[in-house]
Amino acid sequence: MNTRELQKTANEVRKGIITAVHGGKAGHPGGSLSAADILTCLYFGELQNIDPKNPKKPDRDRFVLSKGHASPGLYSVLAERGYLPKEDLPTFRHTGSYLQGHPDVNHIPGVDMTTGSLGQGVSAAVGMALSGKIFHDHYRVYTLLGDGELQEGEVWEAAMFAGSKKLDNLVAIIDNNGLQIDGNVADICSPYPIDKKFEAFNFHVIRLEDGNDIDQIRAAFDEAKTVKGRPVAIVAKTLKGKGVSFMEGEVSWHGKAPNDEQYEVAMKDLERIGEKLCQK
Amino acid sequence: MSEVKKIATREAYGKALVELGKEHRDLVVLDADLAASTKTALFRKEFPDRHVDCGIAEANMMDIAAGIATTGKVPFASTFAMFAAGRAYEQVRNGIGYPHLNVKIGATHAGISVGEDGATHQAIEDIALMRVIPGMTVICPSDDVEARAAVHAAYEMQGPVYLRFGRLPVPVINDRPDYKFEIGKGVVLKEGNDLTVISTGLCVPESLDAAYQLEKEGVSVKVINIHTIKPLDEELIIAAAKETGKVVTVEEHSVIGGLGSAVCDTLSANAPTKVLKVGVQDRFGESGPAPELLDKYELNAKGIYRQIKNWI
Repeated sequence: MNTRELQKTANEVRKGIITAVHGGKAGHPGGSLSAADILTCLYFGELQNIDPKNPKKPDRDRFVLSKGHASPGLYSVLAERGYLPKEDLPTFRHTGSYLQGHPDVNHIPGVDMTTGSLGQGVSAAVGMALSGKIFHDHYRVYTLLGDGELQEGEVWEAAMFAGSKKLDNLVAIIDNNGLQIDGNVADICSPYPIDKKFEAFNFHVIRLEDGNDIDQIRAAFDEAKTVKGRPVAIVAKTLKGKGVSFMEGEVSWHGKAPNDEQYEVAMKDLERIGEKLCQK
Repeated sequence: MSEVKKIATREAYGKALVELGKEHRDLVVLDADLAASTKTALFRKEFPDRHVDCGIAEANMMDIAAGIATTGKVPFASTFAMFAAGRAYEQVRNGIGYPHLNVKIGATHAGISVGEDGATHQAIEDIALMRVIPGMTVICPSDDVEARAAVHAAYEMQGPVYLRFGRLPVPVINDRPDYKFEIGKGVVLKEGNDLTVISTGLCVPESLDAAYQLEKEGVSVKVINIHTIKPLDEELIIAAAKETGKVVTVEEHSVIGGLGSAVCDTLSANAPTKVLKVGVQDRFGESGPAPELLDKYELNAKGIYRQIKNWI
């Protein structure tokens, strides 16, 4: 896919996010929207040997959504990629639906690890990368963390381990949208400087000025693949709520569903973006 | 019992891992800076490429084990029971239990028989914490023979298993040719009519000794070894309760949430019976040589005998 096609796909993923959270009357739109471009680049080009018809293919690259509350983002990109029917997205968080509030490895095709309790997914990703090294399997492992999630101590246990064991088959992406439930991450318990912290743990760090820019994301992934002997951390500055006018940069949309009226506005915003992408 | 051979169940854990490692290429052993104590150092010596020391970071280790399990390999994650079931509880619950991953947790140094390290290192609530997790198999072997068999059985089954081992060398009571280990199946070690003693772990040989002592005084005691606390052998326990009436549970664990509670849950629903729960009585442990602590907390044969005698 070229840049334009990926931008259009990311926009479709955003529509899916809004559809899921609106349908579920609950969920986390803000941090799903901020990560939509990264998720799109992963599932439409970066992840190798993935197959929606065979989601457990042993040699596939893995992805662990450590910031599991961005499940609408993951489910939407999986639906876009053909792992699950898009029509199922509105059942998100419904009683009896397989689209659980947080990713569930056993019931959702394409989900590589159950996550949601912050700090734990990154360790599981490290375990997958370690297994690849021990058994000489050549898959790569990607994980997406929130910047607020960096406040969890386990993240740094995982980072220390990955750096120490030189897991160069691991890429940790930090969705640095700057906001967490209670406010600015910098005010609540600052994780900054994020890049220097990962560097100190022996990571090769790539800084993304705009983590919502497809070309920058792809360039970062290309650079990551050239790194030997160290894990990679991509610190991606993103915009929380990206694409939906009234959600952008608004902490209140961290974990709240739009009502019917807001849903219409959000979908119109995204339609407009889609139209613009077609015109350009 | 001074003539009897004594071996700590953690030794059996280390040896069984080596046996399994020879047979199965997919087995990985993780430790958290306690390889010499958990005995996974035996495995490390044989298979350095498949032994990973995660450092002093048990939470990370449990989720690493979970990640490895998703790749189809079989990790045994090893540390002290306090850190496996306690510190890393939520990792075990959410990362291993909820996704029902094929992770085996080798938890050594359980109970007050840790000894001198004292209360901070004496897990007396780990059975409770692990058995409340849906789908978690919980095994507490009584001796070297049973511990070895349990490790093999844990590997053979699919799904998460919590294996509880001790630090203290304990008598070998199961080295007979017809010994058979089956997860979820209790073992009747002695028949009796007046009451049933249901015991687990290092309390099993002590309970047996206490039973023989009571027998001398005319009390006929049935003794059951429950090595698997979950799934519990309900059939055997209900039948015994109906047969003998009174039931005594004995464990090196808090009387809240462990074997005693599991037995009471079953009996209250199926065969209401008076139960005496022998164990650690809602208190923390303390420092001291293990045999002295077992004596003080009345978890040796003498103490078990005395408590039963007082109760009946």
